[in-house]
Amino acid sequence: MADLPAHMRPERSFQGLILALQRYWADYGCVILQPYDMEVGAGTFHPATTLRALGPKPWNAAYVQPSRRPKDGRYGENPNRLQHYYQFQVILKPNPPDLQELYLKSLYAIGIDPALHDIRFVEDDWESPTLGAWGLGWECWCDGMEVSQFTYFQQVAGFECAPVSGELTYGLERLAMYVQGVERVYDLNFNGRDGAQKVSYGDVFLQAEQEYSRHNFEHADTDMLFEQFKMAEAACRKYLAAGWSTESEVKRHLMALPAYDQCIKASHVFNLLDARGVISVTERQSYILRVRELAKACGEAWLATEAGGLA
Amino acid sequence: MPDLLIELFSEEIPARMQPRAAEDLRKLVTDRLVAAGLVYEGAKAFATPRRLALTVQGVPARQPDVKEERKGPRVGAPAGAIGGFLKAAGLASIDQATVQPDKKGDFYVAVIDKKGRAAIDVIGEIVPEVVRNFPWPKAMRWGEAKPGALSWVRPLHAMIATFGPDTEEPEIVRFEIGGIASGDATRGHRFLAPEPIKVRRFDDYVAKLEKAKVVLDPERRKHIILTEARTLAFAQGFELVEDEGLLTEVAGLVEWPVVLMGAFDAAFLAIPAEVIRATIRNNQKCFVLRDPQAAKLVNRFILVANTEAKDGGKAIVAGNERVIRARLSDAKFFYDTDLKVKLEDRLDKFKGIVFHEKLGTQADRIARIEKLAAELAPMVGADKAKAQRAARLCKADLLTEMVGEFPEVQGLMGRYYAEAQGEDEAVAHAIEDHYKPQGPTDLVPADPVSIAVALADKLDMLVGFWAQDDKPTSSRDPYGLRRAALGAIRIVLDNQLRLQLRTIFVQELSHHLVQRAMPDDKWPVGHRELSVIHQGAQLRELVAKELLEFFADRLKVQLREQGARYDLVDAVFALERQDDVLLIVHRVNALGNFLNTEDGVNLLAGYRRAANILKIEERKDGEGAFNEPANPELMSHPLERHLWNTIQSTRDEVLDHVSLAEERIGRPGFEDQKPFEEAMESLSTLRTAVDAFFEEVTVNVDEKPIRENRLRLLNEIRAATRAVADFSCIEG
Repeated sequence: MADLPAHMRPERSFQGLILALQRYWADYGCVILQPYDMEVGAGTFHPATTLRALGPKPWNAAYVQPSRRPKDGRYGENPNRLQHYYQFQVILKPNPPDLQELYLKSLYAIGIDPALHDIRFVEDDWESPTLGAWGLGWECWCDGMEVSQFTYFQQVAGFECAPVSGELTYGLERLAMYVQGVERVYDLNFNGRDGAQKVSYGDVFLQAEQEYSRHNFEHADTDMLFEQFKMAEAACRKYLAAGWSTESEVKRHLMALPAYDQCIKASHVFNLLDARGVISVTERQSYILRVRELAKACGEAWLATEAGGLA
Repeated sequence: MPDLLIELFSEEIPARMQPRAAEDLRKLVTDRLVAAGLVYEGAKAFATPRRLALTVQGVPARQPDVKEERKGPRVGAPAGAIGGFLKAAGLASIDQATVQPDKKGDFYVAVIDKKGRAAIDVIGEIVPEVVRNFPWPKAMRWGEAKPGALSWVRPLHAMIATFGPDTEEPEIVRFEIGGIASGDATRGHRFLAPEPIKVRRFDDYVAKLEKAKVVLDPERRKHIILTEARTLAFAQGFELVEDEGLLTEVAGLVEWPVVLMGAFDAAFLAIPAEVIRATIRNNQKCFVLRDPQAAKLVNRFILVANTEAKDGGKAIVAGNERVIRARLSDAKFFYDTDLKVKLEDRLDKFKGIVFHEKLGTQADRIARIEKLAAELAPMVGADKAKAQRAARLCKADLLTEMVGEFPEVQGLMGRYYAEAQGEDEAVAHAIEDHYKPQGPTDLVPADPVSIAVALADKLDMLVGFWAQDDKPTSSRDPYGLRRAALGAIRIVLDNQLRLQLRTIFVQELSHHLVQRAMPDDKWPVGHRELSVIHQGAQLRELVAKELLEFFADRLKVQLREQGARYDLVDAVFALERQDDVLLIVHRVNALGNFLNTEDGVNLLAGYRRAANILKIEERKDGEGAFNEPANPELMSHPLERHLWNTIQSTRDEVLDHVSLAEERIGRPGFEDQKPFEEAMESLSTLRTAVDAFFEEVTVNVDEKPIRENRLRLLNEIRAATRAVADFSCIEG
């Protein structure tokens, strides 16, 4: 790290932090992917996690995933809450026995010194009702701040995970605020430069937060969204049905990934409708269930593909 | 005798599971030791975030030798049966078996000497069995997770198992679970002493862990945290707001507690204190402090770190302060945002929120509570309009950001927001108090408006679930209906309220579609033929009665906890139309006092004598054969006439007292009067007349009319006592 120019250091810039994490996990042997090109609520939705967690094949990957949580928008007025933020996601299957140590070393790599800081693993069981997934693990605390989620996947898309994947999710903005010593997310130094050359997180995202908050809470076209939900659901089922094929008595699926895209789509549309407050509590449950059914069917299809372990 | 040491070393065990897990480990291992004939002297278990440990002292080195008897076939049984027996018992010939007589004849019995095994071998089987079947509330698999792999609360990394007397080097109890072999090594603190440590037995284990910055005993960690927190607070002139639950949790999050103090901007003290505490406690697991003079929170907090930082904890405190600042500014943001919307303007949303599938939306429920609160208001001395207003707003805070974030401040935030929008003080307090009392130590609402809303909230829920025939069972009470009924009872009793619950229930049931699946023969006689409308009314009466019985059961529990006899509650409930909890309790108390007096005991004896004779004679003459009044014309014996006279005057007197009681109890100015006691006292004047009657007069005489008349007289005794209680329910 010492050989890095100042503006590239993880404690100086948001992008420096991302680069440090990528370098660390690349060095471990992960494939460094780019974000999935669809709107998702969390890095877990990326097929590189959801689908790759299923089946027997080893898989080590890391990537940044922009995540959208329409309900968390605060019109840019809250110093900590965003409707769009970045997660850094690591998935290791099977989880190596020293995953906790590996995680801690990644913190050292971004400048968090355990001789100075109080790092703790605090119980946090993870569950995604829409993905039909759950796991056990912790929130990782640094001086009382949750900086990551650490999960051993037990089930995804309704299927038992064997081998078990270890999933690490770093909340990048929080982590950056911590290492940069900044109180307001918009004050983060994005590019590590000073003076006129400095670009802040606010320069990049404040306007977006304001505009999307308006959109998410007030103007998102609910008629269209209801329609889109139905269309995505129907398309997902259509692709799933069309993808099954039997070759020499082996059932294979040939379109698990395109079908799963529609499941992601339905999930995000549901989140938007939820933020608009047009889904009642009872309906909410049934929408979640509908997405889960899609996720399960996609998981089943994935397991009948080569990457899903089918010989 | 040898000692056993076990340590199960894993990734971080959830704090809330640690105490139970330590206890389970102790019990599961020691129960199996005892079952295997290894009776030990003592055992103790411990938990830290990364380990469960167990020490068992004084375990015998070997199981005792035992003789086992094995019963075989009858003497003279076919050769095949005898051969099979010899094989199973391991005997060479039938001469080695003894012969024992039985009821049916002589049998062969094989006496087998079973040598005890070395304890270490037995333990080597017990521990893996316990580990494999450990009752974690939630367990997981990890890594390859092959079929049959071990499940543990989090990945398990190492196991210590040593066994031996303290005079020698102990042995390792050898076993392997899920690819992990038992050994004699552990690790210290994750950051301060991560190297492996070799241990022999419990003594050096504890000492070496302590050197490696791990305090094994959770009680000691709690003690360290509490003492240091108090000291730190005291040094600054503050006082720790103690919190046992938080203390236990925090002790489960650290192996090496280091207590530090931090501060936040005093401007945040404008946020309600309960919210500050909830934020700091729930999210940050930190303690808050108060100024002992002003009895107010101060802008300081206590945090418990798990490490000794090389800068003395400066960075840790600064980090925690930043998080708490962010949390409090979130809370402040919620608070300020919430204040922008009036409580009544939130109500529309309740139309879209289902309270319960069968009981409609939250809006429906609020409408019912509002109506009921208005009806109850005059009965509890509350202003009707205020009760109605409070009921309408009482749930509105559920839709605020603050309650969404911290559910435990529900009600309380409602009060703050009501005050802020200028609601009447009684209304604001009723919003806060309407959930109360929640538990046995919770305060009972005392202001009339609060009472009306708190009762309406509880009674509506009870009536609603009873209408759906969705009642709690002994193991299931997901809606807290027992607590609701007990809460209503406590409100009534603490405030000396007079309420006719049956009438209220029947009235409330009319807001519900009452459903009851019941076999035909359970319907009251003649009921099946009634029209639908009448069935509705009848059904409501029936459901009201069931709910009243539930109240009676809760009341019994409550009174028994206060030391009252529950058979007395039965004796009072057995009377007609007992639905006024306050009257019931007054009556029960008076009855209890009365039965403790000599008069009471004797009268009960006299009653029983009369009732027994009546029971026998009614068996001959038929139920109700002596229900007619006695005829004084037929009374020949002076003591017979005396008893009759006494009954007449006593009965009137008792009834006067009882109606006075019903009229006055719970009303203003009643405090010093004890009309039920007086009723009982009047009743006791019967005693001498009854005693004298039984002494001198024979009931079952030959002259039929006189016998019948005397039995009628006995029935009048029985009837007179029913003015206060059904004495037949009294036990002892």
